[in-house]
Amino acid sequence: MSRIVVGPFNRVEGDLEVKLDIDQGRVNQAWINCTLYRGFEQMLVGKSPRDALVYTPRICGICSVSQSVAAARALADLQQAEVPENGELAANLILANENLADHISHFYLFFMPDFARAVYAGEFWYARVAKRFQAVKGSAAAQVIPARAEFLHLMGILAGKWPHSLAIQPGGLSKGIQPQERLRLLAILKGFRRFLERVTFGDSLEAIAGLSSITDLERWAESRDSDLALFVRLAEALNLASLGRGGDRFMSFGNYPLDGQPTLAPGVWEGGLQALDRSRISEDVSHSWMAQNEVCLPPGRGETRPDLDKPDGYSWCKAPRLDGTVVEVGALARQVVDGQPLARALVAESGSNVRNRVVMRLVEVARTLMRMEGWAAALKPEQPCYRDPGQVPDGTGVGMIEAARGSLGHWIRVEQGRIANYQIIAPTTWNFSPRDQAGQPGALEQALAGTPVREGEQDPVAVQHVVRSFDPCMVCTVH
Amino acid sequence: MINLLWLQSSGCGGCTMSLLNAESPDLLASLEAAGVNLLWHPSLSEQSGSEVRALLQELVDGEQRLDVLCLEGAVVCGPNGSGRFHVLAGTGVPMMAWVERLAARARYVVAVGSCASYGGVSSAGTNPAEVRGLQYDGEQRGGLLGGDYRSGAGAEVINVAGCPPHPNWITETLMGLSLEELDNRQLDPLGRPRFYADHLVHHGCPRNEFYEYKASARQASDNGCLMEHMGCIGTQAHGDCNIRLWNGQGSCTRGGFACINCTAPEFEEPGHPFVETPKLAGIPVGLPTDMPKAWFVALSSLSKAATPERLKENAVSDHIKVAPKIHTRKKR
Repeated sequence: MSRIVVGPFNRVEGDLEVKLDIDQGRVNQAWINCTLYRGFEQMLVGKSPRDALVYTPRICGICSVSQSVAAARALADLQQAEVPENGELAANLILANENLADHISHFYLFFMPDFARAVYAGEFWYARVAKRFQAVKGSAAAQVIPARAEFLHLMGILAGKWPHSLAIQPGGLSKGIQPQERLRLLAILKGFRRFLERVTFGDSLEAIAGLSSITDLERWAESRDSDLALFVRLAEALNLASLGRGGDRFMSFGNYPLDGQPTLAPGVWEGGLQALDRSRISEDVSHSWMAQNEVCLPPGRGETRPDLDKPDGYSWCKAPRLDGTVVEVGALARQVVDGQPLARALVAESGSNVRNRVVMRLVEVARTLMRMEGWAAALKPEQPCYRDPGQVPDGTGVGMIEAARGSLGHWIRVEQGRIANYQIIAPTTWNFSPRDQAGQPGALEQALAGTPVREGEQDPVAVQHVVRSFDPCMVCTVH
Repeated sequence: MINLLWLQSSGCGGCTMSLLNAESPDLLASLEAAGVNLLWHPSLSEQSGSEVRALLQELVDGEQRLDVLCLEGAVVCGPNGSGRFHVLAGTGVPMMAWVERLAARARYVVAVGSCASYGGVSSAGTNPAEVRGLQYDGEQRGGLLGGDYRSGAGAEVINVAGCPPHPNWITETLMGLSLEELDNRQLDPLGRPRFYADHLVHHGCPRNEFYEYKASARQASDNGCLMEHMGCIGTQAHGDCNIRLWNGQGSCTRGGFACINCTAPEFEEPGHPFVETPKLAGIPVGLPTDMPKAWFVALSSLSKAATPERLKENAVSDHIKVAPKIHTRKKR
């Protein structure tokens, strides 16, 4: 038995350290440490409620809009605000723009470069993959970075800038939409569709969204020349479907509302679909450097008091649980819960694993861009985007959405016109949580058990695949 | 070629995300234009874990040249000055200590964003993680490295302040350093490159005509000037945000919301709700930069009296209700 510490762990957003017990060439146990504490929940106490719209996006530069939308929803919940149809459409477009840009950055810039590592130099596929995906120098980075920047022009039109916009308000969007702006949006979406169809998929978005079985996917990948096809073949060569096996319990808060109803379904999936009961969410601090009056509290009553001397503590991250159990969140979870046929088939065959997480992120890109085209077309420039909800009353509000990396929730309590408590549970808080009082490891900690480690490896490459397959965002995790 | 190391501490990674938005040319071409040899960047580089630890040690030991040290995010000093709220993963050593050692070796140190420059949003509220900027602690000189710090090339810390900074503020700073054209004289009194900090956000704001006639927005999504009621301080904020635009054609005021002066130290604690303008006897407390108060009051009341109907109506609408009159050469 030996122990190694991997860090600084890069190409994840923020600071991550992974401690591993290794036995006979496999990870026996893992401990995940988020090594940066900033204290946003403490900063927010005493502020004017609407200031949450300035502070919370700055929790994270890569999920900035997601934090903004969750904060606006929590305030809207508290204010009983009504958002006009244009406001909903615009918020969906802005959020989807960020989510898709994040998925693409993850695949090309964060995840794939590991396959260009020298450790794989002897593999038959290496030359091609390395040329395409090598960090910074590969041919993909040169194509993707400008395409992503151009896709984010949607933000310039609808949100002023990205990251850190104040455009999303509890009552809708901070600006009206002019007829020519709607036309520009349609053109930008078409531009990104072209990029995806030519480069990422080598096929139409409709064909990708229509893949419905594993046979479909494999047959499709055999005959295509595209980055997704290359990944599917690589996943087969390296058996990535058996790597990073998760707990197979998935959660999604649902997303992209129209008429106040989510168009992407909320729920919990564990071999079958169950309703999500948000009152069953709690945060456990037994292994966090956090003090709380009770070890486990629902977020509405949660506390944030750092305590570095806690004997069992090993991370700044709290451990959120649903009904006391560990759930995995993210694109795979979201698509399984929503009933996308390929996601259901992949999970039925092999559960959550490195291949399935990565494939479903890209399939989600195809599905979501098609929806974005519909939302942009449905905008009515002559109609309002905003309805003033008035002052923020005292009380409580909850905002629950899906960010790129999974389920994000904000819980706010306002007393005497000021924020009295603000609690945030971010997607990677779910996925990268430490152990809880029952000793249950978090989702990644479970997924790492059994991961192969090569002789003499200090930073095991398979561990890096597993960790990055979750697309972690550590700044959101601890906030 | 300049060897560049990029580290992140108490920030959100948003400066890097903004940097990735660089255009005409894109980021990789911009870095090439600046002759940057990227030693390591947390979001972009292949190296992880032991490879990075070895690189940092080589730089600290002077075995490899460090031309530019970029820090994104504020320096974490808490709890109680220990820096343990941010230990650099895998090293057991607070990031604060790594930054200090590396800054002693760097030819130039660049604070990317308002957190690294002055503390920024990471220092909001009670500043729970006890963060500071590299050379400033809010408006005060000091910070981790001290007010008298000079890099190997004799330069102050270059504060590319902004939350986030525009991508080209960063890439142009790197080009300036690479060409040895950016020295202390090119920095304003808060350490920001003058090429963007000598402009005001007000310059080029499409709401300028509304400003001239004090035709003001009353609620979000109104087209009018955001200064009187909506908390906008673009007339005081330093930055060329409305001259070179963001994400194609955007800016904060174009997005319909207030400029909150994110390039300035202590912007994170305005002392009032961000999107409400504090007033004294009905007059906004913060006056446009370089404008004497008496003149501002006099001109405001005069221009308010002269506001054309078109601007009055359009200011409180989310689209153009009244189009500007067309002047023809011959009267019809």
